[in-house]
Amino acid sequence: MATGYGTTTLWLIILAGGVGTYALRLSFVALFGRLDDVPEGVERALRFVPAAVLSALVLPEFVYSDGALALSPANPELLAGVLAAAVAWKTEDILATLVAGMAGLWVLTFLLG
Amino acid sequence: MSSPRADFLSGVRVAAPITLGVLPFGMVAGVAAVGVGMSALQAVGMSVVVFAGASQLAAIELIGRNAPAAVVVATVLVVNLRLVMYSASIAPYFQRQSAKWKAALSYLLTDQAYAVSLLEFENDEETSRRWYYLGVAVPLWVTWQAATVVGVLLGARLPSGWHLEFAVPLVFLAVLVPAVTDRATGAAAVVGGTTAVVANGLPYNLGLILAAVVGIGAGVAVESVSATSTDTNDEEGA
Repeated sequence: MATGYGTTTLWLIILAGGVGTYALRLSFVALFGRLDDVPEGVERALRFVPAAVLSALVLPEFVYSDGALALSPANPELLAGVLAAAVAWKTEDILATLVAGMAGLWVLTFLLG
Repeated sequence: MSSPRADFLSGVRVAAPITLGVLPFGMVAGVAAVGVGMSALQAVGMSVVVFAGASQLAAIELIGRNAPAAVVVATVLVVNLRLVMYSASIAPYFQRQSAKWKAALSYLLTDQAYAVSLLEFENDEETSRRWYYLGVAVPLWVTWQAATVVGVLLGARLPSGWHLEFAVPLVFLAVLVPAVTDRATGAAAVVGGTTAVVANGLPYNLGLILAAVVGIGAGVAVESVSATSTDTNDEEGA
């Protein structure tokens, strides 16, 4: 997986993403007093950003294997993902989830491969 | 009695276990960045300039797939939209800081710094807002940068048979699970995830942004349905 991007483009992406992210962080800290509160509708919608976005980042990685949908027990990523989800739910710990998922993937790849 | 120094140190103490959890996350960011062909300087540059893990990993993945630059940037911003919520929620406590301090404190705003500081600010009126927050946020920043550097150094040496790219969704998963706290956030997660799977083949890798919008919509919808059904004692539900 090597990117086809040039150095300049990559730096522009980093810069634009960084400036935009900083603006999001600064938004209400800087505006407070001028704008009393976040509009209620916006606040309600923002509450769901982490769950929606993170799930959208996770699920495709678990259910696709080599670019094809693989909803079968023969897909080690899916099984390791389910195991890691159980550990994440039990422990709410990043390190424990990482260890469980990676170990699960290594063992399953060995067994199924 | 609280002094700037004592408040800073008490922030550091609370942040210590959290920085341990950030360590593997930052290392994954470093490993992943060099893994898709970014230079060491760009990998660390991204951690300094963007300083938001989940969005960095999402961007790195899209860069590896050569998604259009505009989509990569838009994805970073969508993933980081939650920072607006933190900014709004912590703003009253930073009201008396100078514009320069507001600018500096905002740069350090992260999920962890926000959550820990807000808890303290709500419970203790005496604590120095600035120094306690810095005590939490600065160690997190230092750990994040150091972990990225370690990841970059490791990244070049790790064999591909280890499937280390799988660590990326695992980190997201570890952050996702605590974010699902009720039926509405659960709906946002299920609908967002499913949409991303279905829309995986969408041109320009727009699947993630679409999934975010649909998932957020589902969360809002479920929340208003449950609110209405409680109000009217309607047993039909959703």
